[in-house]
Amino acid sequence: MNPIVKSLIILFLVIFIPLNVAAGLIWLERRLLALWQDRYGPNRVGPFGLLQVLADMIKIFFKEDWIPPFADKPVFVIAPAVIMVTVLMSYTVVPWAPGATVADMNIGLLFFLAMSSLGVYSIVLAGWASASKYSLLGGLRASAQMLSYEVFMGLSLMGTVLLAGSFRLSDIVAAQRHMWFVIPQFLGFILFLIAGLAETRRLPFDLPEAESELVAGFHSEYSGMKFGMFFVGEYLGVILISAMITVLFFGGWQGPWLPPIVWFVVKTLFFICLFILLRAALPRPRFDQLMSWGWKIMLPLALLNLLVTGAVVLAARP
Amino acid sequence: MLSILRTLWNIFLHAFQRRETVQYPEEKPYLPPRHKGRIILTRDPDGGERCVACYLCAVACPVACISLQATEDETGRRYPEFFRINFSRCIFCGYCEEACPTYAIQLTPDFEMAEYHRQNLVYEKEDLLMSGPGKRPGYNFWRVSGVKIGGKDKGEAENEAPPVDLHSLLP
Repeated sequence: MNPIVKSLIILFLVIFIPLNVAAGLIWLERRLLALWQDRYGPNRVGPFGLLQVLADMIKIFFKEDWIPPFADKPVFVIAPAVIMVTVLMSYTVVPWAPGATVADMNIGLLFFLAMSSLGVYSIVLAGWASASKYSLLGGLRASAQMLSYEVFMGLSLMGTVLLAGSFRLSDIVAAQRHMWFVIPQFLGFILFLIAGLAETRRLPFDLPEAESELVAGFHSEYSGMKFGMFFVGEYLGVILISAMITVLFFGGWQGPWLPPIVWFVVKTLFFICLFILLRAALPRPRFDQLMSWGWKIMLPLALLNLLVTGAVVLAARP
Repeated sequence: MLSILRTLWNIFLHAFQRRETVQYPEEKPYLPPRHKGRIILTRDPDGGERCVACYLCAVACPVACISLQATEDETGRRYPEFFRINFSRCIFCGYCEEACPTYAIQLTPDFEMAEYHRQNLVYEKEDLLMSGPGKRPGYNFWRVSGVKIGGKDKGEAENEAPPVDLHSLLP
């Protein structure tokens, strides 16, 4: 096949599928939360309530697209787009299957970290441009949370990079042919899972939006599809972090019998469900607890993990 | 940390437990007979209207949703000329049932009264009146009361002694 056509197809699929899956996750999350709370969740619209997503989409597109008169209009409009763009940019480096990636960069992991860090601008700008107290508080919390969790997020992945000897994600997957990195890098996996939760602002780390304290945090003033973009951005982030956990610690597409893409989807779906389970089970920590965990426990642990991994890799080198 | 893992496991186990939700339109909940729902007007065992239009229900109603007009038929029996309940106001407190001296007005275990137009929630007498005696079978106010109506003179009600002839008491 013509390489240009092939990459165009991959590009289209990588934009099209995650966006639709992100919408579908709204349904999945509501059904799973309901399952774990002994309820049914949406089960009226279509089979198993699957068309609920469609109904929600139609509804949200027809909502009034309201910009508050006191808001900083250009920034207010750009902020929700930023989160979508940055998260979608990260999707370019995810290796879905052998050869099926938009850009197999030699700095893929760094690119992912950079893009996911840029996402916080969306939150902070949204909180700032809304010119309301609760939004601003949410934005402030988001920036503080990102600062403290971004640091050990990067560090927790360095162990994987040391073991694989490459920042290229397809190389990292290939290096896990014999053993998933979750076994030597279990601490790194736990740290990355926690940092990923904070990165996507999912419960229990949803302090920037904290409904019970800050109305809706940074998106208090948003409505209609702008709010929808924050929502879809959050779900895209969940899929992205799950995919990255799969790639970095659970062997990516590798697995017996089934085709590679199926393995990838199954593993990613498992971590998406884990994210939802965490939301169903855990309460939101206080803000000072969040910060002190980040700086006093997680960061030293990440450094320790890096140190030990580096020492072992160095000692094992012939 | 351990408690977090235990929490996660416990919540996960809820996936295998029975769901509490009652799938309402397909699966109706059991409502006890004394449930306070849609209001009805009942009839005697003989088929006559029980309501004697005494206005006590309208007086007892805290939201003033009952309106009626008393009248009499040719036998001297009182009955409401119209009887109207505005269910968009009714709070289903049951005070009208408590106040009713003839067990005419009763609340039933039915709550499915949704309408598309508010006007349709105003029920007239023909909407309220049912054919049976409701929760009080066998009770007939006119048969046990001492009031004289056509076809039943003083002293002819159940358990009622004939009226004393005052002249016979004279010394």
